[in-house]
Amino acid sequence: MSAAPVELPRWADIALVPLVSVIAALLVAGLVVVGIGENPLEATALLLRGALGSAEGIGFTLYYATNFIFTGLAVAVAFHAGLFNIGGEGQATVAGIAMAIVCLALPMLPGFLAVPFAILGAAAGGALWAFIPGWLQARRGSHVVITTIMLNFVAATLIVYLLREVIGKPGSMQPETPDFPAGAILTPMHQLLAPLGLKLPASPLNSAFFLALMALVAVWLLIWRTRLGYAIRTVGANPRAAAYAGISPAAVTMVAMAISGALAGGLAVNEALGVQHRLVLDFTAGYGFVGIAVALMGRGHPAGVGLAALLFGVLYQGGAELSFDKPAITRDMVVVIGGVLVLFAGALDGLFRRLVASVLGMGRAS
Amino acid sequence: MSSAPAIELVGISKRFGPVAANRDVSLSVAAGSIHGIVGENGAGKSTLMSILYGFYEADAGEIRIAGAPRRIRSSADAIAAGIGMVHQHFMLVETLSVVENVVLGAEGGAFLKGGIGKARGALAKLSQDYGLAIDPDAIVGELSVGLQQRVEILKALYRGAEILILDEPTAVLTPAEADQLFALLRALKAQGKTVILITHKLREIMDVTDRVSVMRRGEMVAHVATAETSPPALAEAMVGRRVLLRVEKEPRERGAPVLEAVGLSCRDGRGTETLKDVNLTLHAGEIVGIAGVAGNGQSELLEVLAGLIQPSRGVVRLGGQILAAADRHPARLRDLGLMHIPEDRHRSGLVTAFSAAENAILGYQHDPAFGSGPLLSPARIEAHAREAFAAYDVRPPDPALKTAKFSGGNQQKIVLAREIERGPKVLLVGQPTRGVDIGAIEFIHRRLVALRDAGVAILLVSVELEEVMALSDRIIAMCGGRITGERVAEAADERDLGLLMAGVTDEAA
Repeated sequence: MSAAPVELPRWADIALVPLVSVIAALLVAGLVVVGIGENPLEATALLLRGALGSAEGIGFTLYYATNFIFTGLAVAVAFHAGLFNIGGEGQATVAGIAMAIVCLALPMLPGFLAVPFAILGAAAGGALWAFIPGWLQARRGSHVVITTIMLNFVAATLIVYLLREVIGKPGSMQPETPDFPAGAILTPMHQLLAPLGLKLPASPLNSAFFLALMALVAVWLLIWRTRLGYAIRTVGANPRAAAYAGISPAAVTMVAMAISGALAGGLAVNEALGVQHRLVLDFTAGYGFVGIAVALMGRGHPAGVGLAALLFGVLYQGGAELSFDKPAITRDMVVVIGGVLVLFAGALDGLFRRLVASVLGMGRAS
Repeated sequence: MSSAPAIELVGISKRFGPVAANRDVSLSVAAGSIHGIVGENGAGKSTLMSILYGFYEADAGEIRIAGAPRRIRSSADAIAAGIGMVHQHFMLVETLSVVENVVLGAEGGAFLKGGIGKARGALAKLSQDYGLAIDPDAIVGELSVGLQQRVEILKALYRGAEILILDEPTAVLTPAEADQLFALLRALKAQGKTVILITHKLREIMDVTDRVSVMRRGEMVAHVATAETSPPALAEAMVGRRVLLRVEKEPRERGAPVLEAVGLSCRDGRGTETLKDVNLTLHAGEIVGIAGVAGNGQSELLEVLAGLIQPSRGVVRLGGQILAAADRHPARLRDLGLMHIPEDRHRSGLVTAFSAAENAILGYQHDPAFGSGPLLSPARIEAHAREAFAAYDVRPPDPALKTAKFSGGNQQKIVLAREIERGPKVLLVGQPTRGVDIGAIEFIHRRLVALRDAGVAILLVSVELEEVMALSDRIIAMCGGRITGERVAEAADERDLGLLMAGVTDEAA
């Protein structure tokens, strides 16, 4: 028995603490809304109605959540190996480039082959871009936090060059590729579900959502049910014990980073293959960074990542609707709410752990 | 001196969830005495002291300091009440000097200069009073462990501690350093300070304490004057049954050589030679013990033989075959029948954040028995752990429990079970009983002797000379990375080995 960090039952750790954090964050965000002279309850109602009140809203919410699942999982997998991958933006960018090259170079492939190839291309591109910092840390001792963020800038510059000079649409003033071949795109959800008799309004939600759900399950399997996942967790929790067990921390570092980057590539799949049907500049739009918050909030567990991704999806979609209805509440406000959420769920987590522990402790004593 | 006891604990209870760490514990410590508290790991000693030092608040009970009831809700309260604590793991800033560490938390204002000056004067006086020679400007990280512990004691005294609690203070000390510590404790007592000594080493209790209290499973089971008790009686009170303090071992003919090291040398990251031309032969069915003060190359020898670090020179033969570079890898060596119980189970032997079942396959995660293909089967891992924990009496026998929640002895049993059950040919054992309670020590020693009887070649490294002498068939002494001598265990005596450990070789003598 030592004065160790507060130990909580598993259910409280996974569900209760994040819930308390979210409520606290919403209270603080509410104060900010009061500060600019709006009614926070009304704003919350508008936000929720915008995100979940209509089939279209739900479609948008799930579309955003798809992005966050991929980038959140990317951060979570690296986390389990003790690595802080904050290069999701750059990895998704390179994934997009690789995918665009596959789509544009193989116009003759039928759809059922083109899509898997494009997805594999994205995964390979993201994996490559994350493998580089993994290799640098494993073999040269350069910290991944530094190298991943630096490679974000390299990727951002690379895509500008490529879209302008190499794979850009001829004659276009926009930095974008030509449209992908009609076979090499993902089916929008409203078309996908139409044969089932479901009439959904058009939204950017597409079959990449199912890919994201599969990724959630696959990551859970990988981390908790495979020998590789065991090795990843060992290296993350105790690198010396890993070396003692004959697991090479260097090899695991590189592999975990590559998997992490491949998952970040899912962002490119949803955005380029699923929505835009071409590669445009800045398609990553900060989703890669939000993935860090999603992974922190979800405590690195796929179930948590899924829920946190949904929450951020609600915030993004509801926030957009809110700023439309209430011009005083701009989209920046939504960024503030997101920021407060990250602060409470990630950084100030310990604050509420103690509180929750003492409340639970009291409940038991009485 | 007042007649009221320095500390009185009355009816202290503390629960952690379903676990009662302390149950109605009462304790009275006379002022100006050295009071020992013994008990197995997990008996509740540390919890009790944490309550006294304000880390936890008791669910029930009262603390009285010098007769007056006090609430101690933080370490600041404890310090104000005149209680000082020396933790097992030091709370020092290694990059700061001695005097800077001493004023830490008691700087006395926004500017350091005044506080440091005052502390320097006070330190000089304290050093004189207790014969604690220490350079106030030395950098703490460069001091030996024994001296770092003195800094901790000075820190407590500087803040006006009248009552000093020491938690397993000798766990990190050489025998000579431990003797110095005890001399210091006696000096403190002579000055009227009260000392509480928490330990599991009965010899220390007998050597230095006036009275001793025994804890078992969260309860106080005995309070006795040290002069009126004996180690076997204390051990029995701790464990709740009679224990064997001696190792029973029949003589045995040793077999063929299994592991040979020839001319092994090794350098650390800074280029310092940590092993110098070590030659060693290990036969089947014998225990070879390495005697040496910590940090004299024993750890490196174990790590080189286990494939964790590569030697700069020399060869290792396993079963007559010279090990190629590719074979000197922990996973490969396990396949070849060389298993390793590492010196520090927390640092390398276990992943404390994992479940016990997961730790029971550490190093064997590729064994096809634990899953199919790339997948691991939780059911099979759990079944394996359940079986192993039953055979090795791991308590609680709960494979799903987080490893950090097991006591030291049971954690060690998890490691032991994992490395022994596969029938090693060679077993490297580092500090098998460090931080392990008496009941478990007995168990571990018996297992090691049984393995030797079954023909396993065992290399034992331990800082407890008694343990080395009790278990080994042959004893090799090391000093400064060199082997300084070898003795047959029956013919070895502590004085003679002590000289070898200090570097006085046979040739020089």
